[in-house]
Amino acid sequence: MAIEFEPMTGRYFTLNSGGSEYRIYMEEAGSGIPLLCLHTAGSDSRQFRHLLADPDIISRFRVIAFDLPWHGKSNPPNGFRDSDYKLTVDGYKQIINDVCFALDLQSPVVMGCSMGGRIVCHLALENPAYFRAMVALEGADKLEPYYDLEWLHRPDVHGGEIQAAFVSSQVAPTSPDEYRWETLWHYMQGGPGVFKGDLHFYWLDGDFDERSPQINTKACPVYLMSGEYDCSCTPERTLETASRIKGSKVTIMQGMGHFPMSENPALFKTYLMPILSEIANMPA
Amino acid sequence: MIDKMQSQVNADARLVHRGRWVNLTFLFGISNDDYLISIVAGKITAIRRRHLATDTGEFSIRASAESWAKHWQAVPPRDYHDIFAMLPKQIAKIDGRLEPLMQNLQYFKDIIAKMRNEEGDTNGH
Repeated sequence: MAIEFEPMTGRYFTLNSGGSEYRIYMEEAGSGIPLLCLHTAGSDSRQFRHLLADPDIISRFRVIAFDLPWHGKSNPPNGFRDSDYKLTVDGYKQIINDVCFALDLQSPVVMGCSMGGRIVCHLALENPAYFRAMVALEGADKLEPYYDLEWLHRPDVHGGEIQAAFVSSQVAPTSPDEYRWETLWHYMQGGPGVFKGDLHFYWLDGDFDERSPQINTKACPVYLMSGEYDCSCTPERTLETASRIKGSKVTIMQGMGHFPMSENPALFKTYLMPILSEIANMPA
Repeated sequence: MIDKMQSQVNADARLVHRGRWVNLTFLFGISNDDYLISIVAGKITAIRRRHLATDTGEFSIRASAESWAKHWQAVPPRDYHDIFAMLPKQIAKIDGRLEPLMQNLQYFKDIIAKMRNEEGDTNGH
């Protein structure tokens, strides 16, 4: 019986960013408008496998998902044992900009989830002329921590187990069990201290609510999409963010949690397709 | 009603297996009523109502009867669907020595959610 391959291909490349050299893993599929996908804190690009395999999307978009350094199949930098990983606004922005430059992406759409949904608004503020549009999934401009990050990286608590147990609270109860556990499996596989280091950006360094009103959505349209059951980037926080980003468009996804693209891909598609169509029909 | 947690948990062999390193008593609060839930190797060996001020457990998890009733609905409403969704909204509260809770977090969430069934629970007890 012939193997039926999925349409995405995976490749590695070397990225120089912020004075470090990283071996980066990326997957891509399709052709057309570049759609760069940013995974959540503590996970990796596998979250976007359904988009990368969807003929309705890859027929119009070149979908690209990469693993941030320290995540998935991307390496940490040489000498990583001598420092604790800690993601910052500036470091995160630089890596995304460097990836866009390295891949020579022309007028890309960037769609990020959670911490990826926060950074896209920073990028929209900084360089609206370059990006075609931003899709912030589960991304708010102001958040509040609700547990001590030290639980995520200590020898008497299994990092993978507790990461999955924490974020399982953010999956909608109606999401298919198969995809709930696939989403949690990614969290179980994160490197020691990496989720904690990402949450430094997500909870402590990423607020930009005072600058949100400066985003020019005429130059770079911003779409905010959040799930009903997201207890981190709640619908309320998303609506508050939308009220500060004038001209942004907001969608609250009923029956969805914090991981739309991986926890319930079929339901997510019903919310995403009209937005992608709108973006595809925009003048370049 | 809380008593049924014991039979439902103990009948789930995989859940008991996941909790095989758990040997402790924790305090489960439903409004003003505290229950001491004792676990040996993942099995619940006793659930008893707290009578003495000196009765206690390693840690406590508390919420109102109305909140637990929502938590135990077949499809719980948002904010009530998981203990770690209830905490940030201050619907539930945890106290005490949290290491064993964190070391076995999914297990403890699962044994409490075991009270959830197709019919749900309407009164929280």
